[in-house]
Amino acid sequence: MQSRFLLLFLIMAGLVVAFAPLPAPAVAPQARTFRIDARQYAYSPSELKVNQGDTVTLQLVSTDVVHGLYVDGYDVSVEADPGQSATLTFTANKSGSFRFRCNVTCGAMHPFMIGKLTVGTNNWLYRSVGLAFLAVVSVNLSLKQKA
Amino acid sequence: MAKIELTRSTFIKNALKSRYPQLKVFIVMLIGYIFAILAGLIGTPVGSHNFSIVFVWIAWWAILILVAVPFFGRGWCAVCPIPLPGEWLQRGAILNPPDKRPKWLNQRVPKMFRNIWMQNISFLLLALFSSVLLTTPNITGIVLAAMLFAAIGLSTVFERRAFCRYLCPVGGFIGLYSQTAPIELRIKYKQVCVKCEGKPCYNGSTNGYGCPWDVFPGGLTKNTYCGLCMECIRTCPHDNIAVNLRPFSADLAKPSTRMDEAFKAFIMLGSAMIYAGVLLGPWGMFKDAAYNVGSSAWFVYAIIFLAIIFVILPGFFTLGILNTKNVLPLKQRFASLSTALIPLGLMFWVAFSLSFVLTNASYILAALSDPLGLGWNLFGTANTAWRPMLTSILAPAQTLALVGGLIWSARTAQKAANEIRTSSISIIVFSFILTLVMLWLLL
Repeated sequence: MQSRFLLLFLIMAGLVVAFAPLPAPAVAPQARTFRIDARQYAYSPSELKVNQGDTVTLQLVSTDVVHGLYVDGYDVSVEADPGQSATLTFTANKSGSFRFRCNVTCGAMHPFMIGKLTVGTNNWLYRSVGLAFLAVVSVNLSLKQKA
Repeated sequence: MAKIELTRSTFIKNALKSRYPQLKVFIVMLIGYIFAILAGLIGTPVGSHNFSIVFVWIAWWAILILVAVPFFGRGWCAVCPIPLPGEWLQRGAILNPPDKRPKWLNQRVPKMFRNIWMQNISFLLLALFSSVLLTTPNITGIVLAAMLFAAIGLSTVFERRAFCRYLCPVGGFIGLYSQTAPIELRIKYKQVCVKCEGKPCYNGSTNGYGCPWDVFPGGLTKNTYCGLCMECIRTCPHDNIAVNLRPFSADLAKPSTRMDEAFKAFIMLGSAMIYAGVLLGPWGMFKDAAYNVGSSAWFVYAIIFLAIIFVILPGFFTLGILNTKNVLPLKQRFASLSTALIPLGLMFWVAFSLSFVLTNASYILAALSDPLGLGWNLFGTANTAWRPMLTSILAPAQTLALVGGLIWSARTAQKAANEIRTSSISIIVFSFILTLVMLWLLL
């Protein structure tokens, strides 16, 4: 009986950690512009941070061959010819961590030409850490119960 | 959950006993394998448009790590085409045993090689060059051809499937992770095997060949070295071999005591973490170092890669178990408790592969229509645009895999620790910390 109650409690706690709404920090949206240099097989800078609601402009400058930039989750992209630049503007209305990656075959390591855009707080990472912690606690509790 | 004997079904049993269904799959696989070699050698050098890269490292890899290994264990080995030409040559037959077999050297593999250290080394060799291997068609073609010829060569010198059992870089980790799979091949009654004369399952008979994996089925207690080739089902004169459905990770209840298997767990765990950082991370300098084989940066990368696998991870693991009260020697505790890293490593690979495969799966349709990148359009899908798939569920799926792997690992650690009468806490903390690192790398 006690172990069933514990299991139910842990499942409820897991659901709260995974899905409970979190307060978003109130930051006024801004226009943010980044110049990103693209070369085989890296972006510079490769990690971008913006606030949720910001209008983001990415100026992609290709320094060697044709490169693209596709943002996972936003489904927007831009391509730049060698030595040229191209601009992509979108509103960062979804929070979390998103990979951006080259969407024009640019050479052998093309599938791994990746950058990272963080919009607001990467809540999913923190939720996952919470779930992992809960998992360890639950396994240890079950161990103690058996003992 | 009790075991369910699948071979009680006459349909399944007959399908497994007959050589023809397996042969049909073998032939399709062998044609695909040889085509992958040719595509790698003569097709376009653009990896994302070449059959060898797209079908081996995206399609096959996805099926292997996301479906075949977790659910069928060594199911891939049952249909793998690599040992076939060598085995046919060794046996002098494609189907049933011939009246007169060819006289090859038929040597036993020397005792010092009868472990999985060679598989650990062959996997690491490929892993250190993986950035080139995964992206360069002619390198993939050469490696696939080398594996085929190595299997043929070893079949002419040694008995049975020496390549599969002792050298195959893929077979090593499939064997390790097959212990978690809900399927097994086992004997039904031990006494039947004890009294059986001639042991045809191991030595062969007119009905079939002796175990190609050099395993006596009567002594099977875990999946690691059973290749599910089904030869023993054909040769057993007492109908004493069964294929069973069973609970996941049943084999892990009895922890390993072997250092080669323990280090295999560390190699796989460490490789998944390194790949998650290097290949899927945003750090260009790591990718440059991994790709530019032979450069000083690559040597640094290789040293760090090996240090993580052979020093840092096992070092922290050992520190964790150093002060646990136990009469067993440290080496034995190390080997036994590392069993907990098997489900953790498997789920790390699942989480890593989900990202890699879902992002690149759309290349499969294009490569299907134009496998050599020569401008063909066989099925009208050659111009399918690249687009990542299911990106909205990727992060939750990866969390599910990693947290699920952590729970699985913690439960396995408890069982292994109980078995050798020690504490599992340090192993659980170790697994927790590695899971946090993997979450940070992937999310």
